[in-house]
Amino acid sequence: MKNESVGFIRAGRRQRRRRWIFVTGSLAALSFILCCAMLLLGNTIYPVMDVIRALSGEQVQGASFAVNTIRLPRMLAGLFAGFAFGIAGNTFQTMLRNPLANPNVIGITSGSSVAAVFCIVILHTSGAVVSIASVIAGLATVILIYVLSRGKSFSIGRLILIGIGIQAMLDALVSYLLLIGAEQDLPAAFRWLTGSLNGSQMDELPPLVLSVFIFAPIIIVLGKHLSILELGEQSATSLGVNTDKTRVLLIFSSVCMISIATATTGPIAFVAFLSGPIAKRLVGAGFSNVIPAGLVGANLVLAADLIGQFAFVARYPVGIITGILGAPYLIFLLIRMNRKGEL
Amino acid sequence: MVLVICFVLLGLCMLTSLAFGSRMVGLHDVIDGLFHPAADSYEANVVRKRISRTVFSLLCGAALGVSGALMQAVTRNPIADPSILGVNTGASLFVVCGIAFLNISTANQYIWLALAGAAITALFVFGIGSLGRSGATPIKLVLAGAATSAALSSLVMAIMIPRSYVMDQFRFWQVGSVGSANWDNISTFTPFLLIGILVAIFSAPALNALALGDDVATGLGVRTGTLRLIAALGAVLLCGSATALAGPIGFVGLLSTHVMRLILGPDLRFVIPMSALSGAIILTVSDVLGRLIGSPGELEVGVVTAFIGAPILILLTMKLKVRSL
Repeated sequence: MKNESVGFIRAGRRQRRRRWIFVTGSLAALSFILCCAMLLLGNTIYPVMDVIRALSGEQVQGASFAVNTIRLPRMLAGLFAGFAFGIAGNTFQTMLRNPLANPNVIGITSGSSVAAVFCIVILHTSGAVVSIASVIAGLATVILIYVLSRGKSFSIGRLILIGIGIQAMLDALVSYLLLIGAEQDLPAAFRWLTGSLNGSQMDELPPLVLSVFIFAPIIIVLGKHLSILELGEQSATSLGVNTDKTRVLLIFSSVCMISIATATTGPIAFVAFLSGPIAKRLVGAGFSNVIPAGLVGANLVLAADLIGQFAFVARYPVGIITGILGAPYLIFLLIRMNRKGEL
Repeated sequence: MVLVICFVLLGLCMLTSLAFGSRMVGLHDVIDGLFHPAADSYEANVVRKRISRTVFSLLCGAALGVSGALMQAVTRNPIADPSILGVNTGASLFVVCGIAFLNISTANQYIWLALAGAAITALFVFGIGSLGRSGATPIKLVLAGAATSAALSSLVMAIMIPRSYVMDQFRFWQVGSVGSANWDNISTFTPFLLIGILVAIFSAPALNALALGDDVATGLGVRTGTLRLIAALGAVLLCGSATALAGPIGFVGLLSTHVMRLILGPDLRFVIPMSALSGAIILTVSDVLGRLIGSPGELEVGVVTAFIGAPILILLTMKLKVRSL
């Protein structure tokens, strides 16, 4: 009898593990396909061999410039930024136990945007300064929202409402900075208001790549604690998780990742919001959905950028596409949460 | 007393609105431009150009202020404002669609589109926000509004981008601006404004009863359903027509109504007319500020009002009790 039930539990666990491996594998494969598509497609479609030769450093007439200078940075920016947005968004959503509590809705990405616009458009700096400034701004936004929403008693609803207010102010600030920076040209405006991969350059990428390689592993390792935190404060403490330390470390890592990603591509709308719930639905309960969420984020950004570039007569920046996809999902989620009385 | 102060402020902001801009004009020239039709100096002409803009921002601010007060009363919810509920963006989307697909070009035509857009969006947002057992709580309404607004403004952008040759004129559909106002717009807008404000003033006593709760209001002989419908129509009329001509301008209603409520108390018979005044003041001051800090260009007024008004949303949220979120 006892053996039977243990076997039953083990079987269930094996099944879930198989599902997790299958889902993660498929998502990774999809990312790879989308990355290849980003390199192959464009105004001119070069033969596959030419693209590979261009990537390996040979000089190929035309293809070298298009692939190495335009398409490769664009692909890498989309891949890494999407991964960062996905993981960081999922961390916030899981930790605060509410899919609405994510950096897109409560204004953290807007905070990083303000700092990045200020550094790039007004001070004309680049590289590490921009990354550091946007990380500081992102952390400051988080702290501000937390302090303001603490009040007499903490409530997640209050935090979300205050976040929406802060976001409105920060977005106004971005518009103002774009105006006085005399960078009224549309590419810059799109990049900082909705997020865009246009004009990504190779030398902007190192901070983004570095931050993903440093902070993503931290979040993945802490992912086990994350799913325990989701059970609530008391259960987590009694299961031996140092809740405060874990939480601070998780928030710090997520904000660093998302701020640097925002400084590179702009706040690509709704990716941080969408990735977590999609990954959760794919993976199911019981297994950490940190890595799947990151992969979903990367796939979303790459796919939306491809759609924006090639599906319509006009070229749309990636943020417009993710906005059109993401906002209806937000409405759908609200309808479901309202019906269940979760808000 | 409050009335006197408000009128003095109103006068002051009209003057500043005429005098300040990318070219500063002295008081003397402002008077010349206003009262001496013969004066033909450059400054006097600048001032005359600014008259229509000033008048329009006053009217538009009044409309948004009253509309905010009505929405707060109808939803019995302190955090209601045409922009927070996404109604302005709905109006904006319909107008942009009309311009892009139906070749509509006059204010007379697109004001109707804007009204339709505002009404549909208001219904939609309120519908989503009041699902579930606890009814339309502030957080549900704000989230429904924010989500709808985000969806609709992505669509506005998507429609505008392929037509980027007119993007500069279109830009204010995204953030709101009173810069393109002319006398034709004003005369189209005025009847809507008047009807809306009349509706608001006549429904104020009944709305006061509604503030006590649906049961009490019914007991006092108010037909709550009809009242809600009429007041909501008034609100939509006001913010829809304002958006048709100025684009989505946010937070004016929230700010003006709460300032007035703080000074005058909760009686809507006073708060509604005074919200019109304070809304006019707020929008005109914001427009002047936008011209000053954006100089030599200008910052759209919608950006300025968002920056000034959003802290009010934050303050209100901090004061709300957890249970009433």
